[in-house]
Amino acid sequence: MSERSRPLSPHLLIYRFEWPMLLSITHRFTGVGLAGGAIVLVWWLIALAVGPEYFAYAQAILGSWVGRLLLLGWTWATFYHLCNGIRHLCWDGGWGFELRVARATGVLVVIMSIVLTLAAWLIAYAARGG
Amino acid sequence: MSERTPLARARGLGAAHGGTHHWWIQRATSVVMVPLVLWFAFSLAALGPADHATAAAWVAHPVNAVLALVLIAAMFHHLHLGLEVIIEDYVHSRWVKFATLILQKFVTIIFGFGAAFAVLKIALS
Ligand code: HEM
Ligand code: HEM
Repeated sequence: MSERSRPLSPHLLIYRFEWPMLLSITHRFTGVGLAGGAIVLVWWLIALAVGPEYFAYAQAILGSWVGRLLLLGWTWATFYHLCNGIRHLCWDGGWGFELRVARATGVLVVIMSIVLTLAAWLIAYAARGG
Repeated sequence: MSERTPLARARGLGAAHGGTHHWWIQRATSVVMVPLVLWFAFSLAALGPADHATAAAWVAHPVNAVLALVLIAAMFHHLHLGLEVIIEDYVHSRWVKFATLILQKFVTIIFGFGAAFAVLKIALS
């Protein structure tokens, strides 16, 4: 068997870096990150099911600055993966492969992910104040 | 005409030996999750640092509970298949790959049903 000697693809040393590559691998990173976030979501739901005392403890952890930083990261990862996921679905349907369109939708994904993240956090802080 | 690769050509292909079926479930869960994730993310944001009574009342509302369960089912199927693809990409040793795939399946199932159980417990209590 020659399994071990096969090169990995993409062969990073012979590829020229292009921005679309970063967008593409970011879909995978955010997917894995969201899988980690799903564990926290399950913990939060279970804390809610356990009762007021443990839930207050969970909320305090999530509300600490570390907790909020992680939640900010997950918010952005969620919206990036969602927007880029729609881009993937369009490709699967055969739309948007042309280089110019693919570049434009890539920029749109980054902008939309930031806009949605800001919107969610504005709502969160408005709810906190009110 | 279907976009789908004829089964006869796809059968037995890929490390999971079920390529096209899993591919379609991954896409179907993606489509379902677009509205659900938007709804859920903004609902949680609005809930913010809510106390127990407020958060529990939100989850217990029948519409929210049912949509949350649909989201949980879609999300855990989707991330299970996603992680499977990633494991197949990066783990090349046959037995390590097998063990990792099985372990991933167990862990995902436990967390997925844990989430569903929590929602049901809150909604029904
Ligand atoms: C919000 C709606 C979502 C959409 C539209 C979506 C869409 C997609 C699509 C189309 C793919 C396949 C990408 C490819 O062909 O390479 C994918 C992969 C993946 N998704 Fe999602 N997704 C969503 C939410 C989620 C969530 C909530 C999680 C985790 C909790 C998740 C985890 C993953 C993982 C781990 C992968 C595998 C990544 C890879 O193979 O590179 N996704 N997603
Ligand atoms: C809270 C709800 C649910 C959770 C957390 C959940 C989670 C999972 C997980 C983690 C797997 C392992 C994936 C695999 O072996 O491919 C699985 C398999 C499966 N689930 Fe679910 N599931 C839920 C509800 C449902 C529902 C409502 C249906 C049917 C409409 C369903 C149909 C299936 C099928 C057909 C498989 C085997 C898939 C395959 O391997 O081809 N599940 N589920």
